[in-house]
Amino acid sequence: MITLEHITKTFSKGSVQAVKDVSFQVGEGALFGLIGPDGAGKTTIFRVLTTLLLPDAGRATVDGLDIVKDYTRIRERVGYMPGRFSLYQDLTIAENIRFFATVFGTTLEANYDQIKDIYQQIEPFKDRRAGKLSGGMKQKLALCCALIHQPRVLFLDEPTTGVDVVSRKEFWDMLGKLKERGITILVSTPYMDEATRCDRIALIQKGAILSIDTPQGIVEAFPGKLYAVRSGQPFKVLQDVRAYNGTQTCFAFGEALHVTLATDNIQGLSGYLAGKGYQDVHIEPIEPSIEDCFIHLLKD
Amino acid sequence: METVIKTDKLTKRFGGFIACNALTFEVYKGEIFGFLGANGAGKTTAMRMLCGLLAPSSGDAAVAGFDVYTQTEKIKRRIGYMSQKFSLYDDLTVTENIRFYAGIYGMTGDSIRAKTKSLLDELQLQGEARTLVRELPLGWKQKLAFSVSIVHDPDIVFLDEPTGGVDPVTRRQFWDLIYHAADKGVTVFVTTHYMDEAEYCNRVSIMVDGVIAALDSPDGLKRRYDCGNMEDVFYQLARNAKRKAD
Repeated sequence: MITLEHITKTFSKGSVQAVKDVSFQVGEGALFGLIGPDGAGKTTIFRVLTTLLLPDAGRATVDGLDIVKDYTRIRERVGYMPGRFSLYQDLTIAENIRFFATVFGTTLEANYDQIKDIYQQIEPFKDRRAGKLSGGMKQKLALCCALIHQPRVLFLDEPTTGVDVVSRKEFWDMLGKLKERGITILVSTPYMDEATRCDRIALIQKGAILSIDTPQGIVEAFPGKLYAVRSGQPFKVLQDVRAYNGTQTCFAFGEALHVTLATDNIQGLSGYLAGKGYQDVHIEPIEPSIEDCFIHLLKD
Repeated sequence: METVIKTDKLTKRFGGFIACNALTFEVYKGEIFGFLGANGAGKTTAMRMLCGLLAPSSGDAAVAGFDVYTQTEKIKRRIGYMSQKFSLYDDLTVTENIRFYAGIYGMTGDSIRAKTKSLLDELQLQGEARTLVRELPLGWKQKLAFSVSIVHDPDIVFLDEPTGGVDPVTRRQFWDLIYHAADKGVTVFVTTHYMDEAEYCNRVSIMVDGVIAALDSPDGLKRRYDCGNMEDVFYQLARNAKRKAD
């Protein structure tokens, strides 16, 4: 449904390489995640695929149509939710939806079923101006506007950034329902924990793809063993584990440290910590998260 | 324990809407205090009052010993502030940014020069002193932004989502800086949407619908709500928030 072949895009006369030789494919009906921090090139990829930017090199297609030759036809069949809220702040919820429906030559009534699940959550406030809405409601309105013309592909650029945990969960539940209806979705996020909601993901940093696979595949490719180290003095133990000469990597993950060792000698580490006077240290092997994998790939 | 922020029924109304409803809490010297809440819960309003930028409607609060009604200018000199959205001037060099902020905070000549040097040494940015901030990698920018926010050795630094959108390694390096500052006695008041970061705080408050729904150490909260991690604690508390629809 979406293909990119060696897409490269530079800015400032070539001095800034926003996207470097990126290739991937998204199958029909798939939920594909672009996972990476600010400046990774996520937004540039979205803008190339939605025909708003021409790539310097490479080819891309959306729903079988070429992003350069067939750009007008692509625009008819994709829905795009940009990272920055870009609806009309001075129009109400209802007016925004009507506006986007009209632009695509349709009406809210004709497509009510398409957006019903989401629209009903904001319908009680339909006469409120978009500028006066909370983050979570703006997000739902933007999604309604992106869906109103029954697109075959949805492009969602960081829909959950700056949104609280509860709204983030709700949003991903909504995406799950859209996927069930067969809509292909390309979504980007800086939150690594959201990766597991996707069928496949690309981990991306500084314009280049670090890895593409299913979330499970990425986790399975993590080399070596990962241990969680817990202690009552997390910051102190972090510094001590980092200072241990058998430690390969050591990062704080919430209340635990995630540690990899140069040789798989966990007794060595627990002996070292006991020697430092820790009595409450608990060490156990764990399965890596996507964030562990991302950190590992950054190091290479 | 020395108290650096103390609020008593701190309240802010906008017309009929109560953004912050009778907030009562204390923050202690040198602690890392996580200030969490659902979108629209009233965090930003509370922070603006504590920074001396917004007068409360009722209740009391003292920040660094100064009153939020009558001594706001004194408060502003004793606090630092950093957010992901606004921190440094891209078109100024590293040194110019340090000098600018130090000047704003009332430092002068020799003390600015001495501080600039020690700060550049500490950050190992001596080689980049004349580099425009816009040319710095994001991670360095962040470290510089944080250092600049505490250039005047404030009692408290307010960090408003300081790590949003940052890569996982840089995010953790940033927390090393936070710990380092807290170790030196700076009180850190921080908001974040990353629930793993809530675990790095000494204590965490969670605002829901304008009130503080819970305040305790991360361990205490997890025990009380019988959750394995802070994300589940947050979800339990904020799930039924009424204001999230507003």
